[in-house]
Amino acid sequence: MYLTKKLQVKIIEDIMLKKVYEGSVNYLQIMDENGLIDNSQMPNYIDDSKIIEMYKWMSLTRAADSKMISLQRQGRAVTYGPSLGEEATQIGSAMAMAKKDILVPNFRQHGSYFVRGLPMYDFMLYWKGYEDGMAATKAINATPYIVPVATQLLHAVGLAFGQKYLKTGANVLTYVGDGGTSEGNFYEALNFAGELKVPVVFIIENNQWAISTPISKQTTASTLAQKAIAAGFQGIQVDGNDPLAVFKATHDALEKAKETPTLIEAITYRLGFHTTSDDPTKYRTEAEVDEWLKRDPLKRVRTYLEKKALWNDAKQVDMEANNSKLINEAVEKSEQFKLDPKNVFEHIYSFMPDTLKDEENAAINSGFWQQGND
Amino acid sequence: MMSNMNTAINSALDIVMRDDEKAILLGEDVGRDGGVFRVTEGLLAKYGEQRVIDTPLSEAGIVGTSIGMALSGLHPIAEIQFAGFMYLAFDQLISHAARYRSRTRSAWKVPMVVRTPVSGGVRTLEHHAESPEAYYAHSGGLIILEPSNPYDAKGLLIRAMHMEDPVLFLEPTRLYRLFRQEIPEGSYEVPIGKANVIREGTDLTIVTYGTMVPIVNNVVSKKGINAEVIDLRTINPLDEKTIIQSAEKTGRVMIVHEAELSFGVGAEIAARVSEKALFKLNAPILRVASPSLPYPFPSYEQFYIPNEKKVSDAIDKIMSS
Repeated sequence: MYLTKKLQVKIIEDIMLKKVYEGSVNYLQIMDENGLIDNSQMPNYIDDSKIIEMYKWMSLTRAADSKMISLQRQGRAVTYGPSLGEEATQIGSAMAMAKKDILVPNFRQHGSYFVRGLPMYDFMLYWKGYEDGMAATKAINATPYIVPVATQLLHAVGLAFGQKYLKTGANVLTYVGDGGTSEGNFYEALNFAGELKVPVVFIIENNQWAISTPISKQTTASTLAQKAIAAGFQGIQVDGNDPLAVFKATHDALEKAKETPTLIEAITYRLGFHTTSDDPTKYRTEAEVDEWLKRDPLKRVRTYLEKKALWNDAKQVDMEANNSKLINEAVEKSEQFKLDPKNVFEHIYSFMPDTLKDEENAAINSGFWQQGND
Repeated sequence: MMSNMNTAINSALDIVMRDDEKAILLGEDVGRDGGVFRVTEGLLAKYGEQRVIDTPLSEAGIVGTSIGMALSGLHPIAEIQFAGFMYLAFDQLISHAARYRSRTRSAWKVPMVVRTPVSGGVRTLEHHAESPEAYYAHSGGLIILEPSNPYDAKGLLIRAMHMEDPVLFLEPTRLYRLFRQEIPEGSYEVPIGKANVIREGTDLTIVTYGTMVPIVNNVVSKKGINAEVIDLRTINPLDEKTIIQSAEKTGRVMIVHEAELSFGVGAEIAARVSEKALFKLNAPILRVASPSLPYPFPSYEQFYIPNEKKVSDAIDKIMSS
């Protein structure tokens, strides 16, 4: 048999070289897009009441999303980044957390916030442009929305160190988008987490798009989960539109968080726009979106519940009415929020420096230079 | 005890680590090596690996993780090996350390100290001699400290650790071992936001800090002029009151720093003096600083850093106008 020189070398190398590492990434799906359950993967800690709860949280998140978009369009809210289509990733993971665990989101995990107990009112305040809404995060063991991509992951690592050091028993759960995995802070956080052995779980909410940049342009790696391997711990890929799979993966990762961090890549899809300032028709086809609409997380869970006679149209109408009431009350209350421009000066340091006080006084004395205030 | 700045900072760290179990020391080579300047020497042996952490080599990692530690209720003291490498952590400092309190209306706080050696004059390689204070001072929310002597270094650092704010603690490399001073062995605080009038005078105000303090002092002594010398100690928040009072008294103001001239701390001070005391001045405000260009390689630095001659010439100029 004739072998090229190159192939001969390759064969010799294969024989001679010792394999020093081999990694793999598994994929988990429990409920498929038709609402069918893979019983071999179904854990005993997920029952139908939990699935109903997932469905309700996902529905509330979608309803809040659609309200925020309409408020933004009317000029009653600032630029908003919807979670449309990504509800299963957010709800499934947040529901797996213990109360004492700490949530470190980026700017899109509205559903996770709701599960943790962020009042709808405070959520609205943030998206109406008031820092005041984020004051409520501490009480629900969550950090505020963080905008600079992937920077929050390091905070999660430090928070996890704190839990370990202070022996609180709590774990930390943090999120990043697919685009965020291209950031240096992403790798730095994974590496620190592995090295410091802190109880943190990273979730990549892989919604396929970073504004107009598809995942294929972020990396040539076949999965994002495999990036954990370089940091010395496991990565797993899950169907991010299957809240059961996300729940299980997160639950199991949190269970072993005190021994090792975990990276979970949740494969989902941003059905809407990046933010209300974005127009996705410029960079992706309707056919692609239609394909993902078939895998909609709410649709599959509802199908499952209806098949088991756990859900029906009457219940749906009832739930939607409740959600609307909750959301509309929060909108109303948030529109009555009385801002105090002094607040921008008062929360910078633990004390008020003289020079800053001078600037504040000048602002107050002039009525913050607003028309008609003199 | 007689102490140089290096051992004074070490003593401050020892005290805060002893008194507060929530104090955590982290950075590159801070443990077994005791830091490349030996500032953290002996602390690993005393407080263990849980509290004195040799981290992976990543400035953003060190500062970002410290922010998270601070959010968890700990009080991290991070070391960035040289200020010239800290730009990798710039985003974490400016976008997060400085803003976390305001973005949550004080619900979350970042009690944290980031220590880093600054300034040149010791013939180091590129990026080991920067004076970057103005970048950080420009962002409200951070406290910027820079001591010029062992006593202030220890007292400021202890004070910083008793606050719940993010503090950038700049340590002039050249002063680490330049001279020794008698300082208390135990704990004491030097106030933050309060400049030190190290020499009272009536004819000229010289505002300075860090590496330039001993130079200014020498020149003023040699020339025998009646100058008031103010050592800022805290760069942000600025002790404007002390500066303005002195300017009104002497009628002449000079600012001396090692950092580049343009858009620097000196510009800020000159602007404030102009706004508040212009008509009390007998001469234009004068700045003495390094030229507005990137820090040169070590064999050129002697032509770059302000020296006694440059300060002396400037004094002659301002006193003759």
